[in-house]
Amino acid sequence: MRYEGSAVRSQTYNKTFIDKIWNFFSSVKVGIGIIIVILVAAAIGTIFPQEMYIPPNVDPTTYYKQEYGTPGQIFYLLGFHNLYGSWWFLLLLAALGISLIIVSIDRGVPLYRALKHQRVTRHESFMKRQRLFAVSDHGISFEQVKKVLLGKRYKIKEDNGNILAEKNRFSRWGPYVNHTGLIIFLIGAMLRFFPGMYTDQTLWIREGETAAIPGTKTDEGQYYAKNHKFVMELYNKKDKQFSNALNQVNNEVPKNYQSNVTLYHADPSHVVGEAPQLKKVKDAKIKVNEPLAFGDYALYQVDFKLNEFHRMNLKLEKKSTGKSFGEIKINLFNPKSEYNLGNGYKVKMIEYFPNFKLDEDGQPATENSVPDNPAFVFKMFTPETPKGETAFIGIRKNVEAGKNKYKMTFSGLETKNVSALTVKKDRTLPIIIVGGIIFMLGVVQGLYWNHRRIWIQQKNGQLWIAAHTNKNWFGLKKEMQAISQESGLVMPVDQSDEKSA
Amino acid sequence: MKKKRRLVFRSILLAIIAIAVGYTFYNNVFQDRNGSVQKGNKAPDFELTDLQGNKVRLSDYKGKGVFLNFWGTWCKPCQREMPYMQKEYKKYQKQGVEILAVNVGESNVSVKNFADRFHLSFPIPLDGSREVTKAYGIGPIPTTFLVDKNGNIIEKTSESLTNQTIKTYMEKIKP
Repeated sequence: MRYEGSAVRSQTYNKTFIDKIWNFFSSVKVGIGIIIVILVAAAIGTIFPQEMYIPPNVDPTTYYKQEYGTPGQIFYLLGFHNLYGSWWFLLLLAALGISLIIVSIDRGVPLYRALKHQRVTRHESFMKRQRLFAVSDHGISFEQVKKVLLGKRYKIKEDNGNILAEKNRFSRWGPYVNHTGLIIFLIGAMLRFFPGMYTDQTLWIREGETAAIPGTKTDEGQYYAKNHKFVMELYNKKDKQFSNALNQVNNEVPKNYQSNVTLYHADPSHVVGEAPQLKKVKDAKIKVNEPLAFGDYALYQVDFKLNEFHRMNLKLEKKSTGKSFGEIKINLFNPKSEYNLGNGYKVKMIEYFPNFKLDEDGQPATENSVPDNPAFVFKMFTPETPKGETAFIGIRKNVEAGKNKYKMTFSGLETKNVSALTVKKDRTLPIIIVGGIIFMLGVVQGLYWNHRRIWIQQKNGQLWIAAHTNKNWFGLKKEMQAISQESGLVMPVDQSDEKSA
Repeated sequence: MKKKRRLVFRSILLAIIAIAVGYTFYNNVFQDRNGSVQKGNKAPDFELTDLQGNKVRLSDYKGKGVFLNFWGTWCKPCQREMPYMQKEYKKYQKQGVEILAVNVGESNVSVKNFADRFHLSFPIPLDGSREVTKAYGIGPIPTTFLVDKNGNIIEKTSESLTNQTIKTYMEKIKP
């Protein structure tokens, strides 16, 4: 195979193992094949949610089958649930990178050499083979031709009274510039996997809670955030400016999601789990698209949960009279095992089920540790019942062991909101942007300019003219028309038109 | 001569790409991207308060083998392995193996009731804020790490363990 008059390196010999690898990736067909496989795989990966988007407490081994049936199970087994981090997807991207590099070297280098060492005087058959070609008998002024060509910004080389006029050769480098941009882009994407380059993690944090911000631990310490309040604002439907639009939808339209937080920093000496020595960095209001930036990081508002149960209040009452003997306030995240109401009245918590359910054996159990459906077993002690009476209390549930004289009644519920914040750090972004810009420059370079060459040769008193472009023949023909009018050259004929005619 | 130079060039270029891609793989596939702690890593130190209110610090157990278990009362597989752990604990505690059963984010009351029901005598550090759980990158529970006497993780498993497996593990980390 030959390319712009010189042999494609890869096809010239085929010996060692290295050469075999090289030749495999040197094929444009292989390159296109890799691109197609990547596109198909990436598309399949969007059919079901990726692992990072399924609920955090579920087991992916069973979740995909439960939610999506057999296709979901296949999806999971083939590793599509974690596609963009899976080894074989990375391998495909790496293969694409290798293909781009080798294809470019194998074609770019010979092309560069061939164009650099072009001969001015070409063989007859070469001239005849060109799409635009003509032979004219009458003599014309070479000086005039040259002047016209120079006026059209052609570069002229002369040899034995023959002319090679050439322009916009740099447009031929477009694809290689483009490939370079892509490779830089891929390198940027690859650097995401290097330690310290990229972070994208989510933090659920309740109002009043202080939590370590994941992914922000360095040798200099660790960042913490305290969530003071989550705010959700809705548009007022009576608002004059927006009422028309707002009344077209049935639901409320949110105006703002916001977390009021304080950012802290703790020293590196801090051991995980130990109460950290927090130093306040700053207060901030994090809104959608208005992240809190600190260091290399940015903290974004991404999600929320409204009115999570936080505290449940219950009263101890005597059934017969309905008289209350005091109220207990149960912190659902950290309940006490005993609540003393004074005067000999107290309530012991025997069992606590934050998210109550009956398990397979019909036993009371909890789904997880989130208090979405709290239930308790209490033992109530009063002067009248010193041995205690046992009762199971849940939301709309009250089961007693025997016939109790006293009962616990629900008297109030306090809730808190939960904010989800995403912490992001991306040091690869500048590299990816540079790669993208170079990519676009390559596209522009290759598309908006055409590499045009005109050969003019004197043979046996005749004048041979041939012209070639890598694209946009219409443009070249128009230019040739202008040149022939101004210089008196014969307008070359499009030989492909003749053939088809 | 020219062919030889060509081969050297190709080999070097392919080697550079192989190293870069290999390192990326090492960072991504073989080490978890969430920074979760894996076999072969040094066990990150932590400090938590146990059910009795004592401070438990992993580094205090240097010189001993530590069977580090993450669990929750609501998780059935965790429940299943607890009696075995208790049984083996009694045998191996004298031989320098300690069990730390870190509870993931539950309240004292729930954990205490559970510990009483199963007569658990090993320390149960409470990770109320889940900070340690996050630092270890725990996915599904139970997850068990075997930490040797030098503080290195020699095994990580997320299976519900049988009595026999626990015994084998205890032998492995016995100093």
